[in-house]
Amino acid sequence: MIVGVVKEKQNEARVAMTPESAKQLMALGYECIIETGAGRLAGFSDDAYAAAGVTVANSPSVVYDKADVVAKVRPPEADELQSLNRGKTLISFFYPAQNAGLLEEARGRGVNVIAMDMVPRISRAQKMDALSSMANIAGYRAVIEAGSNFGRFFTGQVTAAGKVPPAKVLVIGAGVAGLAAIGTATSLGAITYAFDVRPEVAEQIESMGAKFVFLDFTESQQDGASNGGYAAPSSVEFREKQLSKFREMAPEIDIVITTALIPGRDAPKLWLADMVAAMKPGSVIVDLAAERGGNCDLTIPDQRIVSDNGVIVVGYTDFPSRMAAQSSTLYSTNVRHMLTDLTPLKDGKIVHNMDDDVIRGATITFDGAVTYPPPPPKVRAIAPQKPREKVVEPTPEERRAKERAAFEAQTIVQGNLLAIGTVLLILVGAYAPASFMGHFVVFVLACFIGFQVIWNVAHSLHTPLMAVTNAISGIVILGAVVQIGSGSWLVVTLAALSVLVATINIVGGFLVTRRMLAMFQKS
Amino acid sequence: MAIGIVSAAYISAAILFILSLGGLSGQESAKRAVWYGIFGMALAIVATVAAPGVGNWTIIAATIVVGSFLGTVLARRVQMTEMPQLVAALHSFVGLAAVFIGYNAHIEAARVAAMDETARSLLNGFAGLLAHKEPLELKIMKVEVFLGIFIGAVTFTGSVIAFGKLAGKLSGKAKKLPGGHFLNASAALLSLLLLFLYVHGADVWSLALMTCLAFFIGCHLIMGIGGADMPVVVSMLNSYSGWAAAAIGFTLGNDLLIVTGALVGSSGAILSYIMCKAMNRSFVSVILGGFGGATGPVMEIHGEQIAIDADGVASALNDADSVVIVPGYGMAVAQAQQAVSELTRKLRAAGKVVRFAIHPVAGRLPGHMNVLLAEAKVPYDIVLEMDEINDDFATTDVVIVIGSNDIVNPAAQEDPNSPIAGMPVLEVWKAKQVFVSKRGQGTGYSGIENPLFFKDNTRMFYGDAKTSVGQLVHLVS
Repeated sequence: MIVGVVKEKQNEARVAMTPESAKQLMALGYECIIETGAGRLAGFSDDAYAAAGVTVANSPSVVYDKADVVAKVRPPEADELQSLNRGKTLISFFYPAQNAGLLEEARGRGVNVIAMDMVPRISRAQKMDALSSMANIAGYRAVIEAGSNFGRFFTGQVTAAGKVPPAKVLVIGAGVAGLAAIGTATSLGAITYAFDVRPEVAEQIESMGAKFVFLDFTESQQDGASNGGYAAPSSVEFREKQLSKFREMAPEIDIVITTALIPGRDAPKLWLADMVAAMKPGSVIVDLAAERGGNCDLTIPDQRIVSDNGVIVVGYTDFPSRMAAQSSTLYSTNVRHMLTDLTPLKDGKIVHNMDDDVIRGATITFDGAVTYPPPPPKVRAIAPQKPREKVVEPTPEERRAKERAAFEAQTIVQGNLLAIGTVLLILVGAYAPASFMGHFVVFVLACFIGFQVIWNVAHSLHTPLMAVTNAISGIVILGAVVQIGSGSWLVVTLAALSVLVATINIVGGFLVTRRMLAMFQKS
Repeated sequence: MAIGIVSAAYISAAILFILSLGGLSGQESAKRAVWYGIFGMALAIVATVAAPGVGNWTIIAATIVVGSFLGTVLARRVQMTEMPQLVAALHSFVGLAAVFIGYNAHIEAARVAAMDETARSLLNGFAGLLAHKEPLELKIMKVEVFLGIFIGAVTFTGSVIAFGKLAGKLSGKAKKLPGGHFLNASAALLSLLLLFLYVHGADVWSLALMTCLAFFIGCHLIMGIGGADMPVVVSMLNSYSGWAAAAIGFTLGNDLLIVTGALVGSSGAILSYIMCKAMNRSFVSVILGGFGGATGPVMEIHGEQIAIDADGVASALNDADSVVIVPGYGMAVAQAQQAVSELTRKLRAAGKVVRFAIHPVAGRLPGHMNVLLAEAKVPYDIVLEMDEINDDFATTDVVIVIGSNDIVNPAAQEDPNSPIAGMPVLEVWKAKQVFVSKRGQGTGYSGIENPLFFKDNTRMFYGDAKTSVGQLVHLVS
């Protein structure tokens, strides 16, 4: 079969096939055909495709005519659908929920459509999850875009020409795009904060180096695991709390990157006009949700505007297209993985297996019937999250009171122990002769020193500790040496034996300790 | 040498011993600390030999030379994996010496008691000391002799059994005679009775009988304790050998012996405490052997153990950024530490973060794993304790468990009815992927199934640890 790719319309710079992915498609048994100039904006020339073995066609009609499978980036336009014959397969972004008319038309034409935006979010399908790979690029690009509009450094510097404070970045929504933005912003040196309604992402946010903006909210926060890792609308009270937190932060923040989207709905308004007004002039807002109305009140899709108080609001909707080389590479790989799953025998023949969770989920029309929405996948995307226990920060008074109580309890325990010890010592002293008491005091003090010293020994040195205590417990040799001068032959023999074994102990113990310690090396 | 100078030397030696133990708080200071110990010991021996009343120098010199030779050979020959049995063997020597010295004290005391007044006044050295004791002091000395012999004898047979178990010459399983701890308790009670008789004038037969009983207690007590509890047993015997030395110090009126014995005794006691704490068990339950009874039905485990081959593990390692290795006794048995070290070197050279997580009771001796890894030249700053690393597992890509079982068992946290419930464990299952290198599908020392092996993110890498890890070394790039 033949895989064909046409030039995108509407100033889209991405392309659904690269010379690299074409080679791998050919390894699967496919032939490839591409419209001339399709990869030019992404930096792939016709020659490069030809060198990879791809047929370069002069017009889109040739591609539509020859190809059995057509791969695209943007949803098809009406005339593009018209060019596809019954039984052919189209792979592209489609957004069936928003494009009901287009969906109906595709069904009417009898085209089998695989929507790259409908790939279910399960581990096995990650390699074809184009939404994630594009979101990753958008998140990165959003920070770069913010940087080019922002008049200062991201990282704080102390230079001979003065001190530069670090930029403060707030990322709202920690999906793939949000996390990518966090990673980029922190690696540029900004102080990054991030917010998300799903509590389970706090850990991911912190792992990327940002601070999680914590809302003190009693109602259980929502569990994103129930709907495939996406956010759901939140309650009115929660929203109020969230907005007041943002309002409080607005004067401090230099750059806001909003990525909050709820599947199948308009973007929630989270950064209101009064927050923009509270920001410092020169601050930047990048709204990644602009295509769906924007998270910011002032956002105008596809435009960069400047507010009355000098805040720049960027509402571009084509961030991935602005990095066409990178996004084409990733998208074409996603498409190639989809085709790999569709070609189990690697013979260049598509097997449209509707029992496969991933293929079933992504297919929206098949054999002249609409197959959207798909049944829920058999495998659940993410294990349900256990509610995270909130650690209640004790107030300073509480903490002080607690410390004091602990201190008092410890004092009482220690006092009691000391009192009991003293009584016992006095009891012993009352009956034992003076010569014994002298030794006894030494004994008790030595035990005490031993306990104090041994607690500080490093865990990793416990074996050397045993060996060294072994060696010094060979000190019993002194006892044997004292006795060896006796007049009794039996005593001399036993004492000599004791000296012998104790010496083995001393020498062996110390040598082996030295051997062990010499092995401990720092990297 | 005047008695004052000897005392001064003893004080210096005691201080050097304290510094020697204190220096073990860090790897670098420890290297100096050993020298403190060696100088302290040399000082103490020279001072004692030169003290008034010590004779038979030729015998002393000869035995010290022979002993030093044997000790050197022992220390040179021993493999690092054999460290537990060496430590146990050395404990038995201290115990034996304590028994001999105790008997000597008894014999000397009897000899001195038989002398007349004029002969006594001529005595010096230890005999002279005995000659000047009052009746009450003599009674106290008898208690001290008795205790010294008792503790020494228990230490001796206990250490011999521990040595046998650790060296694999005896079965590591817990074994008891019919009657169990009742026998030990009656032997101890009988010894107490003998102490009473001995103090009130009974002859050497009471000492001999007590020695036999103590030999039996040491033997039977350690027989009843299983392999994985050996860290506690070895530290406990370490402690006993110290107390035995201290008891002898009392008998001989030698403060240096008392101080050193007390230092060693408390060191061993603290180590036992740390080990027990790491297993969430009381000292008594370890000594009495076996695990506490389950309080209810143990949670059932669902799923199956999925095996994986070396290629699979290697490709996961190649993809990972952070790797944590959890070694256990199985690594020591398979002598896999060199291969593990080689793997670590390769992974680190590839820019990955590799660390080791050591559970306090991993192995058969406190700190056993640290020594093995150090021998294989794994840098000590990437070898971390349980508390240092437990929070990091959630952000770790790959965990490799090599020959450990109970210390990574999630049942300790998840199943309140599990016999090891509440024991602190390494939370390896929180990592993205866990590979378990294991010989076969058996259970760990405690005989409990390990739910870790059935988890979705766990793969079993069956085979001898040394060959398994060796294969990985070639496959990772």
